[in-house]
Amino acid sequence: MVCQVCGKNPATVHFTEIHDNKMSEIHVCERCAEEKGLHAASKKHKFDIADLLANMVDGMTTTDEERVGHVQCPRCGMVYSGFKETGRLGCAECYTAFQFQLRPLLRRIHGDTRHRGKVPTRDGEGVTRSRQIHRLHDELQRAVEREEFEHAAGIRDEIKRLESGTPSAPPAGEKPQ
Amino acid sequence: MNPSNGASPPASFDALIARPSPWLSGQGPHADLVLSTRIRLARNLHSVPFTHRARDEQLQGVLLSVAGAAQRSRAFENGLLLRMTEMSPIERQILVERHLVSHELGDGVKPRGIMIAADESLSLMINEEDHLRLQAMTPGFQLAEAWSRADAADDELDQSLDFAFSEEIGYLTSCPTNAGTGLRASVLIHLPALVLVEEIQKVLKSIMEVGLNVRGLYGEHSEVMGNLFQISNQTTLGRSERESIERLERVTREIIETEERARERMMRDARVQIEDKVWRAYGTLRYCRSIHSREVINLCSAVRLGVALSMPGLCHLRVINELLVLTQPAHLQRLFGGDLSPGERNVYRAQIVRERLASAERETEA
Repeated sequence: MVCQVCGKNPATVHFTEIHDNKMSEIHVCERCAEEKGLHAASKKHKFDIADLLANMVDGMTTTDEERVGHVQCPRCGMVYSGFKETGRLGCAECYTAFQFQLRPLLRRIHGDTRHRGKVPTRDGEGVTRSRQIHRLHDELQRAVEREEFEHAAGIRDEIKRLESGTPSAPPAGEKPQ
Repeated sequence: MNPSNGASPPASFDALIARPSPWLSGQGPHADLVLSTRIRLARNLHSVPFTHRARDEQLQGVLLSVAGAAQRSRAFENGLLLRMTEMSPIERQILVERHLVSHELGDGVKPRGIMIAADESLSLMINEEDHLRLQAMTPGFQLAEAWSRADAADDELDQSLDFAFSEEIGYLTSCPTNAGTGLRASVLIHLPALVLVEEIQKVLKSIMEVGLNVRGLYGEHSEVMGNLFQISNQTTLGRSERESIERLERVTREIIETEERARERMMRDARVQIEDKVWRAYGTLRYCRSIHSREVINLCSAVRLGVALSMPGLCHLRVINELLVLTQPAHLQRLFGGDLSPGERNVYRAQIVRERLASAERETEA
């Protein structure tokens, strides 16, 4: 495995972050881990990979940027430096290939890195359900803030039902995909 | 010319441009301030590189499959498909002036196209910066209505197209600034009183502080003319479509109230000066012999204010809205039936403006 920061040396240092029950991993080479103080950061009680990378990108030297620039998308062949020049990615796969460079960038642009909008129906029930749960959590929080406790209890039951995978009765006439 | 929204579906480019764009009708909620509301959704096909990296034969494939999916949908039933490579530069520019296509799509070099719904309220740019740019436009301030149309059309297209999507980032777009919902919701709003009382900078600053964006009449990189501002959401990740739209709705309502208060104050303190400004603008438009498109836009702004303030004797908002598009260079040359030099254009533009206003006056009298 190649280092996800410089894209050149073999990754020998591995970090895992668990946030909202979702696991993110970062695999870097010894040199990048050392240079960017990843070892020190990991000893803290809590750290966020995206924030860390954002700081790393901000503090990059020209040599760092050159190394990151060589990270290439395996599908379309786009290199990260090409994206930096044009501001446009090459294909959908680039989002995975450059995820560690893009995440801090997305955070800077949007103030967030997580999608909370609609989901394609073809992406399957699982994604839809997990999005529904996210949405209901937001709704629950708003209901609690407004002290609409009866409504909140209903939402909580719905979240429980979705999390346990209990199917709800499909609306009449709806065909499963 | 048939201004009706329920006209028969356009069978050709000629039929399409023979009638005014429905978004210029001057109808809908707050139409005296908000010219139009637009919802745009950016989508890409999972299996093809983004437009700028795809080969022409891949883009040809995208054009065929997206147009096919649109033709099978209810949203684009009896719609019109136009291929940019088969159109003249003037025809492509006409679509840009009607806000149906962007400058990028209008270059006519790559296999690009546009699918236009029968009533022109929906359009679908194919192979623009993203493979699909679905756009819903309504006259007046109707964000919920425009969203509901775009959302329904998107759901239908989604049935037969495999959109690039990740659970974490959402819809994947060529530029990361659109990733997530791919949504750009915007309102084109007329704020002459806030400009006149010199409060506009303060208002624009506060719009940007809440994370919204302000642009000119023709979108990105266009200058502000005729006191017309396009306000839109800036970010597409971390908020649902509904949340983004609700925020734009809330802020727009506040801007509308601020503009209305400024208008009331202006009419209370300087009624004669405002009436004079409006009627001088109308007089220039009605009797000019040579006029630049920028001057038309600026004078139309003053007349539009007069119409919104219910000054008797002025034409309907629709006439003013239509002049904004009709007097643009490509529309003008199409109407003339040939190329015109900039000087000749100014003379012909003045003639068209005079004729339109005279015709509106006759309609009012009748």
